[in-house]
Amino acid sequence: MLSRTADHLYWMARYMERAENIARLLDVNYRLSLMPQPADQMEKAWAATLRIMGLDELYWEKYDEITPENVFDLLIFDRENLSSVWHCLRAARENAHAVRGTITSELWETTNGTWLKMRDFSPAALTEIEVSEFFEWVKYRSHLSRGVTIGTMLQDEAWRFTRIGTFLERADNTSRILDVKYQLLLPAGETEGGAADYYQWSALLRSVSAFEVYRKVYRDLITPARVAELLLLRSDMPRSLARCMQEVYNNLQKVANNRSAETERRAGEMDASLRFGRVDDIMRGGLHNYLVKVLARVQDISNRIANDFLVPVSA
Amino acid sequence: MTIKKFFNEMTDDAGSVRPHYAGYSAWLSEMPQERIAHKRAEADALFHRFGITFAVYGEEGGKERLIPFDIIPRIIPDEEWKALAAGLKQRVKALNAFIHDVYHDQNILKAGRIPKEYVLQNGQYRPEMKGVDVAGDIYAHIAGVDVVRAGQGEFYVLEDNLRVPSGVSYMLENRKMMMRLFPRLFSRNKIAPVDRYPDMLLNTLRSVAPTGVTDPTVVVLTPGAYNSAYFEHAFLAQQMGVELVEGQDLFVDDDQVFMRTTRGPQRVDVIYRRIDDDFLDPLVFRKDSVLGVAGLMRAYHAGRVTLCNAVGTGVADDKSVYVFVPEMVRFYLGEEPILNNVPTYQCRLKDDYAYVMDHLPDLVVKEVHGAGGYGMLVGPASTKAEIEAFRERIVAAPDKYIAQPTLALSACPTFVESGIAPRHIDLRPFVLSGSNEIQLIPGGLTRVALREGSLVVNSSQGGGTKDTWVLEA
Repeated sequence: MLSRTADHLYWMARYMERAENIARLLDVNYRLSLMPQPADQMEKAWAATLRIMGLDELYWEKYDEITPENVFDLLIFDRENLSSVWHCLRAARENAHAVRGTITSELWETTNGTWLKMRDFSPAALTEIEVSEFFEWVKYRSHLSRGVTIGTMLQDEAWRFTRIGTFLERADNTSRILDVKYQLLLPAGETEGGAADYYQWSALLRSVSAFEVYRKVYRDLITPARVAELLLLRSDMPRSLARCMQEVYNNLQKVANNRSAETERRAGEMDASLRFGRVDDIMRGGLHNYLVKVLARVQDISNRIANDFLVPVSA
Repeated sequence: MTIKKFFNEMTDDAGSVRPHYAGYSAWLSEMPQERIAHKRAEADALFHRFGITFAVYGEEGGKERLIPFDIIPRIIPDEEWKALAAGLKQRVKALNAFIHDVYHDQNILKAGRIPKEYVLQNGQYRPEMKGVDVAGDIYAHIAGVDVVRAGQGEFYVLEDNLRVPSGVSYMLENRKMMMRLFPRLFSRNKIAPVDRYPDMLLNTLRSVAPTGVTDPTVVVLTPGAYNSAYFEHAFLAQQMGVELVEGQDLFVDDDQVFMRTTRGPQRVDVIYRRIDDDFLDPLVFRKDSVLGVAGLMRAYHAGRVTLCNAVGTGVADDKSVYVFVPEMVRFYLGEEPILNNVPTYQCRLKDDYAYVMDHLPDLVVKEVHGAGGYGMLVGPASTKAEIEAFRERIVAAPDKYIAQPTLALSACPTFVESGIAPRHIDLRPFVLSGSNEIQLIPGGLTRVALREGSLVVNSSQGGGTKDTWVLEA
């Protein structure tokens, strides 16, 4: 298939997935902010979210203080912020538009419909409905896109690049969501394992639809190490890093060309390290340090995919 | 301006329904108005969701708009269609023969049937095509001939669009929409299907592959997602199951065209290009073109790739050459033309010029190279000031203009604010010429001027579209 087409498909999927994960990240923080706590604790939580998305500089250029409304403004509606939900849904739609002949009409209509509806939302409208409802909407539109992709697209190269985009983005986002927790300090007076801590971890689990899964898998108290294991190493958990890299690696093998061997090897290496990794080792070295390295490797693989497949190179 | 007397497609002069509209008319009268209004709203919502839109040049941010779709079909009885189809095939056959001739022996010019300068000094004449042989000697593979009815219902050809005619996707989508909204209408009427068009188009394109290529790779070349007809480009590529490419996706190596794919270069044999000649190859035509492919013309000259339509077809659909199409039919086919031309005054001729200047308020004046309803004057619909302003433009450059009597275009009942009222329409059938046969799908795109009294059907000027039914006998 055309390199340009593959590029559009890959980014269409990435942006849709990114919109979903921003909604998830904001949702977890919003839930956390509802719990009784000192004001500065809440600010720290929002600041950590901004930092993890690399948006703290842009934020402070635009606003003087941290409030949920400002954060929502920047992360949901801002036209200059390339990582706002608004921008992601628009970019997903623009990419789909460029390849509307390659994707199924159902997928095009879904993506286009999501964007048309997004244009109706405004900060004012969000005060009328619960903001959580909006996050729910974004999540469900993303579910719908993914479902339509799986349910209607021929499983050819176009599908593979769409899948690679989805899982690479999710690998990045899951790592970031997990890292947010690590940027937070426990509220003064709380000890690790206390009520506040429990609330934070469970909110985090809920944000990646893993709360019930956790209960089912561990049938035990929520501990940081188990949460990390679930979100990083359990390949049967659909949003875990292990699952994402497994999908990336498998799909990469199917589209391999004569330039892509090294990219495949790196994805495979990462897949193997997650498959055979132990959570104790990760925790011993520090979760945050580990996640920083993960993000760098995901970035490296996505750069290499762009070079090997997507950016047109003259013969 | 309102044209008092015009041919009504649905009713005769006495006001009774014409036989081929009887079935539809009965159905319509049973239909409650609210239900119709509801169906119209449904159609709008669906078109929006499907993203069947076009971009309007000059509007802010390349805004996308819907082309208004009217749910009352334009119906053509079988025998009328047969005559029209025969006339269209004859015309396109002659036009292809003409284009081949002017780029080779120029017999028609030598015979003095068309003045040389009309052709050789025409801006649309491409010296680059002189002596170039194209597959099957076919130049206009896809023609979208604009036809209108006037007077007592006679058909006239208004324009032969031989470059990159568009609109066929609306023909197909309108039909799909009608079937979705009113499935029962289709079981009650014998309506000729149109959905074979993409297959016919693909066969036509494959039939003109370069010699020696047995399993040709066909692509659609688009200027990109911001072009006004992008929807159609993507639609046709998808329906034919071929790649939709942009100039940046193609390159030429050793006179062969390739596309850049995820698995490396892949050879391309036939390009259904939806960009104008001027932008095809920056090495030969406009140097600032980023839409085309450097070296494409070299590959084309070498016979390694087929361009559809061929380069240089504009010389035959130019409004100053239009006048001679009936002569082409006689010259190349030895037949009398089946379809009428609209009487045309050429402002470059002294007598015609004088006549045009005396009768501006009654005439339609068009730029010779204009298209899309831009840069034209509809005399009877214009103010004195507008007419005088246009007069100055003609005086300044008479060669650039032709004029035609204002035709009383036929009208078809249409849903408008005030209910159902007649609105003027035209018809663009699509004629496909391959190396073995000339084919066309029964019907075409019917465009309708939605403003009362307006004769301008172009979508850029507030026109809408209708489904077009050819009733099978």
